[in-house]
Amino acid sequence: MKISFPHMGYSYIALKWLVENLGHECIVPPEPSKRTLDLGVRHAPEFACIPYKILMGTYLEVAEMGAELILSSGGRGPCRAGYYWVMHRYLLEELGLDVKLIAFEPPLNDLKGFFKTIHWLRKTGGRSVKEVLNALEVTWEKIKALDDLELCSHETRPYEVNRGDTTRALWKGLDMVDQANTLAELAEARHEGLRLLESVPRDNSRNPLKIGIIGEIYVVLEPAANHYIQIMLGEMGVHTDRSIYLSAYTRNNTIVNLEGDIKAMARPYLNADTIGGHGVNSVAETVLYAKHGFDGVVQLAPFACIPEIVAKGILPTISQEYGIPVLTIFIDEQTGKAGVQTRLEAFVDLLQRRRENKAKSERLAI
Amino acid sequence: MKGFLGVDVGSVSTNIVVVDADGKLLVDRYLRTSGRPIEVVQQGIYDIGKELAGDVEILAAGTTGSARFLTSMIVGADVVKNEITAHAVAASNIVPGVRTIIEIGGQDSKIIILRDGVVTDFAMNTVCAAGTGSFLDQQASRLLIPIEEFGNYALKAKNPVRIAGRCAVFAESDMVHKQQLGYNTEDIIAGLCEALVRNYMNNVGKGKEILDPIIFQGGVAANAGLVQAFNHYLNTEVTVPPYFGVMGAIGAALLAKDIYAKKGSTNFKGFNLRDIKYVTTSFECKGCSNACEVVQFYQNGELLARWGDRCGKWELQID
Ligand code: SF4
Ligand code: SF4
Repeated sequence: MKISFPHMGYSYIALKWLVENLGHECIVPPEPSKRTLDLGVRHAPEFACIPYKILMGTYLEVAEMGAELILSSGGRGPCRAGYYWVMHRYLLEELGLDVKLIAFEPPLNDLKGFFKTIHWLRKTGGRSVKEVLNALEVTWEKIKALDDLELCSHETRPYEVNRGDTTRALWKGLDMVDQANTLAELAEARHEGLRLLESVPRDNSRNPLKIGIIGEIYVVLEPAANHYIQIMLGEMGVHTDRSIYLSAYTRNNTIVNLEGDIKAMARPYLNADTIGGHGVNSVAETVLYAKHGFDGVVQLAPFACIPEIVAKGILPTISQEYGIPVLTIFIDEQTGKAGVQTRLEAFVDLLQRRRENKAKSERLAI
Repeated sequence: MKGFLGVDVGSVSTNIVVVDADGKLLVDRYLRTSGRPIEVVQQGIYDIGKELAGDVEILAAGTTGSARFLTSMIVGADVVKNEITAHAVAASNIVPGVRTIIEIGGQDSKIIILRDGVVTDFAMNTVCAAGTGSFLDQQASRLLIPIEEFGNYALKAKNPVRIAGRCAVFAESDMVHKQQLGYNTEDIIAGLCEALVRNYMNNVGKGKEILDPIIFQGGVAANAGLVQAFNHYLNTEVTVPPYFGVMGAIGAALLAKDIYAKKGSTNFKGFNLRDIKYVTTSFECKGCSNACEVVQFYQNGELLARWGDRCGKWELQID
């Protein structure tokens, strides 16, 4: 079967490997482009949020490329995301496209459903249980390696002497992870990728600002949906940390990891766990970043995204209590790169001035 | 005399100013960009040079606005700054202690919050027309009243009509409806001003702590009807600075002044920009699947800068 899935950052590298090692052909989703968005906008209700439109566009593109099955991410209610895949499926049918769409939940959300789907894919792909277990393990390790490399790139970029060195090193590393087929090769690729990033010429005299990136999962994870905000900030000399990494649940070297923490952190401000999407997370993560001494937070919110709007309403309180500036960027099909860049530059100016003033008043106190 | 040049190039207007060593405005130009930023900047700077007739030596230049990078290469700028910071610098220079800046231009609107002379918060709207000057422009032409007269009409209103609608399209249809019901033009215009203020406050102003002193700037601040509507809505008096329409350019000039104090030299190419030939071209890189559109900028046939590549492969920039 020809199988595809949504494009989310660099995860396609791991998912492609999984599909192929379940015995199927992979249609790698193209990075969302203007065309993707145009297609999505044309076939989506106007009020739908940007993740919906981009996914719709992606599905149409992969269908064009010959995909027969799309594994879509489900998403949890009560926000609209939970229903989106149903609407997508309906639309694909209505357009008479010969492609099936099934919701594929990550194991953490629905362990049983996850294994049921994997089992079915295994059988249709003609692989043994043992082969598939190994494939799952390698896939997971790939996801972790991809995240490791990307994390490292965001730490490195603000120090780079020549613009683009970090990005090119990262791409090479991603390529090596892509080529790796066994756990041993993967470990080697990861190591070599990190080494490449570490050997990027750096100016260590810089003291980069630190900004946390929070918000709705799709626009946070897909750089093409957020105008490559982390790279843009990195090239302005800012170290960014984003709240969501696919592998984050099982690691402790990311700042945001434990779901339990998140709810407790948000509770003083938000008395409901069920606003859906990443609203609760956005509230809690702002607190977390403040506590970790970050200079500021950027919230990425799809235009009209209810969970993020709820969070946005609460953020000023946290911002005041913890003294951490927050910039919300709404994203829809009209959001231009220039506007985002202007806001970010102004935000960086603001944070820089704050830092200087703080240093000044500390000097005065001494 | 010594002076500092500031250029603010947006999609609608291009503003050019020169300030003296004390930051006082010497000359200003408010031009239409008309989709030809390069020529407009060249001609504008040439004209300013003629007006100053060799009396002023430019020690440094700054650019701002959405075309700030391109402009910086045309004029040889010493500082390139985003519009938000530039506006804040100009406002706090002219009204020390300002704590809120309301800025409404033709294409976008902003709010900037300052405390103790430092920007602490801001918001900018580029998407929704209902909170920008183009909304009024459209309605003015629909009512066949020159936009310059708008304010005077609004001030004569006795009972401003409530124009509903958070969106320019709805507001327009509601206005037409009110016209048909026979409301007089003054009341409708005052109603439009109030609608714009409401939209602005609900959109960019939302969740911001608006404290006195408040400055109202941007091209739209010429409209006395809007000033009145803001005063009314905020229940205070907003200040419209004398050069409200060119504040971004003034900010850029002031920033250039700061840089000169540190640097002591300039990249400024002089007023005679008209004789230089600038060309931008672009090509699609085939280096990888990203297919970046790389823009190249030439001065008299010499390649000066390249941008638009994601990987840094084509990177070329002055300084
Ligand atoms: S979280 Fe926001 S963007 Fe995502 S589906 Fe829900 S409303 Fe839309
Ligand atoms: S400029 Fe770099 S990233 Fe862009 S297409 Fe060429 S090689 Fe690829």
